[in-house]
Amino acid sequence: MLEFFPFKKTIPFMSWGKVTTAISLFTFIFAVWSLWHQGLNLGVDFTGGTLMEVRTSQPADLHTIRTALEKTGLPEVSVQNFGTSHDVLIRLPVKQDANAAETSNIVMSALKTVDPTVELKRVDFVGPQVGKELYDSGALALLVVSFGIMAYLAVRFEWRFAVAGMLANMHDIIIILGVFAFFQWEFTLTVLAGVLAVLGYSVNESVVVFDRIRENIRKMRGATIPHIIDDAITRTMSRTIITHGSTQIMVLSMLLFGGEALHNFALALTIGIMFGIYSSVLVASPLLLMFGVKREHFIKPVEKKEEAVV
Amino acid sequence: MNRFPLWKNVLIGITLVVAFLYALPNFFGEVPAVQISPIRTTEKVDTALLGQVESLLKAANVTYSGVELSGNSIKARLVSTDLQIQAKDVLQNSLGERYTVALNLLPASPAWLSAINAMPMYLGLDLRGGVHFLLEVDMKAALEKTAIRYQNDFRTELRSAKIRYGRISREGDAVTVHFATRDQRDAAVNKLGTAFTDLAYTSDDQAEGFTLTARLKPEAEKQVQEFALQQNITTLRNRVNELGVAEPVIQQQGANRVVVQLPGVQDTAKAKDILGRTATLEIRMVDELADPLALAQGQAPFGAEIVPSREGAPIAVKKDVVLTGDSITNATPGFDNTSGQAAVHINLDGTGARIFKDVTRENVNKRMAILLIEKGRAEVITAPVIREEIGGGRVQVTGMESAQEASDVALLLRAGALAAPMQIVEERTVGPSMGAENIEKGFHSNLWGFLAVTLFMVIYYRVFGVYSSIALAINGFFLIALLSMLQATLTLPGMAAIALTLGMAIDANVLINERIREELRNGATPQAAIHAGYDRAWGTILDSNLTTLIAGIALFWLGSGPVRGFAVVLCLGILTSMFSAVTVSRAMVNLTYGRQARLAKVSI
Repeated sequence: MLEFFPFKKTIPFMSWGKVTTAISLFTFIFAVWSLWHQGLNLGVDFTGGTLMEVRTSQPADLHTIRTALEKTGLPEVSVQNFGTSHDVLIRLPVKQDANAAETSNIVMSALKTVDPTVELKRVDFVGPQVGKELYDSGALALLVVSFGIMAYLAVRFEWRFAVAGMLANMHDIIIILGVFAFFQWEFTLTVLAGVLAVLGYSVNESVVVFDRIRENIRKMRGATIPHIIDDAITRTMSRTIITHGSTQIMVLSMLLFGGEALHNFALALTIGIMFGIYSSVLVASPLLLMFGVKREHFIKPVEKKEEAVV
Repeated sequence: MNRFPLWKNVLIGITLVVAFLYALPNFFGEVPAVQISPIRTTEKVDTALLGQVESLLKAANVTYSGVELSGNSIKARLVSTDLQIQAKDVLQNSLGERYTVALNLLPASPAWLSAINAMPMYLGLDLRGGVHFLLEVDMKAALEKTAIRYQNDFRTELRSAKIRYGRISREGDAVTVHFATRDQRDAAVNKLGTAFTDLAYTSDDQAEGFTLTARLKPEAEKQVQEFALQQNITTLRNRVNELGVAEPVIQQQGANRVVVQLPGVQDTAKAKDILGRTATLEIRMVDELADPLALAQGQAPFGAEIVPSREGAPIAVKKDVVLTGDSITNATPGFDNTSGQAAVHINLDGTGARIFKDVTRENVNKRMAILLIEKGRAEVITAPVIREEIGGGRVQVTGMESAQEASDVALLLRAGALAAPMQIVEERTVGPSMGAENIEKGFHSNLWGFLAVTLFMVIYYRVFGVYSSIALAINGFFLIALLSMLQATLTLPGMAAIALTLGMAIDANVLINERIREELRNGATPQAAIHAGYDRAWGTILDSNLTTLIAGIALFWLGSGPVRGFAVVLCLGILTSMFSAVTVSRAMVNLTYGRQARLAKVSI
């Protein structure tokens, strides 16, 4: 039998509490600092504006393109290469006047004067009002998912588990956002979808560990709570690594083959998966201990019918 | 203990066959086709037209592989894209203005698959290329337009009731009538109150006189807005028909927005121009008494305004509108019989024709102005002198600069007027090459990821790993089949969600396999270990999937566009994975190990 993690003894995770708390606190503060100091580099989805992707037949001369676009009188045009030297990304800030949707037409006709064979690959134009709405509904989605999951955990387990699980996952989310802010990677709607998926997915990990803790509480009558938690984490360790590993393989495949459109999405998931392992094991469980979980919370007649006790 | 009853195995078998059948159309690809639809949504296509299309194609020597009637359009399948373009030209030239001929792609799956309604997945615009517009209707303008109409109606009503009034002014959507005496005002309240029940009236006594202010009641206001939105959607549908797009989507979104999706459209500038144009036509009388000197200084006479003209000097036209574009039933480009100038021939509806007849009779030898209002800017196209009464509702308008312009104006008039101006508030355009690239990228992400996971599972869990991998592949099939059946829109984030759910789906099998190993380690017999492994893991699998499902549902509910596509696939993927990872893999394990009463060893 091939095994990566043939743990014979229980690993004393809980006794590392001080170190892990320190690491968490440090990364968390770092993330909050980046968010505060630099803020997220929000994409046109949220800020409004125009984003255009064009492909030129010859390697693009950004300087000529810039000059041609300046002649149109459009303000603050940003021109950059992306991917290959033939692919050009053009960004324009949101305009308040009524014909903002015409911007991409103006840009295209200006580009045609430079390179008649230029091919339009993509245009994203988002009006300021729509951008604000997308921002609001994104923030609302984050809130709804957080509370939905917390409510579910509270019903399925106990409030201490719910709060511990949620705090651990908010910690992941803040870190993803912090890293995006620090590197100024563009934060788009797709990235937001990735972040929310991480939120749902990463809670899985806590659920699995919590499930084991609950089972152990009933089975291991003589053991102390820290020992019970250590045992639960050790027993699920192998599964944790393999599961996250296989999801990461998929995400890695997206990162390698998915192109620019899925790049930041895959990055968000990668950070989420990495910190998801760490936080559900080494953040959620110490928190649970801190909240004072007790055997009595689970040894109730009603709870017994849920799972067969051997 | 590790045996499924027969019915359970049969049920799993049936599910697999159904899933396979409905996933199948996705692997056949597409054939080029042309789609013929009537321009007016009220017109129908029939078998006679079908015959005509066939004979036209035969006559032009265009090889086709099939012609079918589907919905309210005729679709002809062609052998190559060159013939597709040739067929389009042949059909468009022969069928004329009443029909649009658009290029399209049809699934190449055999007929028996189409017969059981098995279709390929519906690809979003980011995968097939095309334009997505979100248009916002200016409701304030719709209300103002209504107020202007009431302004005219008040004048007529008060005049016919012989109630003397001063000025009728309008501010935003409120119309105020000024009176000299209180009695006149009270009489007007009575008269107008019974005539226009949609309005709420407030009276006010001021030092300079007595006023009556009318405003739409909230429910009437809502009705006006709903009507404006519906009218605009109809107009957009007509305009899109003119563009000749194969499968357009035009839908209301929220209280004041319209989504327009045009798959495969490449000339986005033209599409935007046609959709965004707010041209309306108005017929008004020219103010003949206007002083040319005052006119030159830009001073309009009372009740008139100065409008620039194509023919040269600005013209003073009366503010009263005789007819609007709403009364136009048809407009065709053509030429004036006598002068040979480019012209537009306009047909009016019954009411319009009657009003036009009355106005022309009363105003013989006076000038009538035809105004084209575009983006809030009015322009007199032509201001001919009325020679005689014009009946029958057929009007010819000259003054166009070229035949092309006549045809553009005719198109706009024919496509109908917008009830209120609209503005594009969101645009997402994806070029056709980009769409194909995105499909390829999404496909490769899935393929290589899947192969890597499979490789790992087989090495790590051996026979159980093989079963887990087969279950994962079946999960992929289920997901594709379900997406095809529901015809849910597949986007690039949706393809990412397929990859993600495949990665997450393996979690269930890892949980089960790890549990079985642990039971074996604790000394259970292989049969008992398999049983316990599946049983115990189920609770955990359910819990962990439900949390992701919560995230998926919230994303679907609050997300828009591509994010929604992601959410749909995520939710469906979770559901199919629970079935395939637990039930299907168990069936395979049961069939292998279940019958061996004294199983000494399992390969895990």
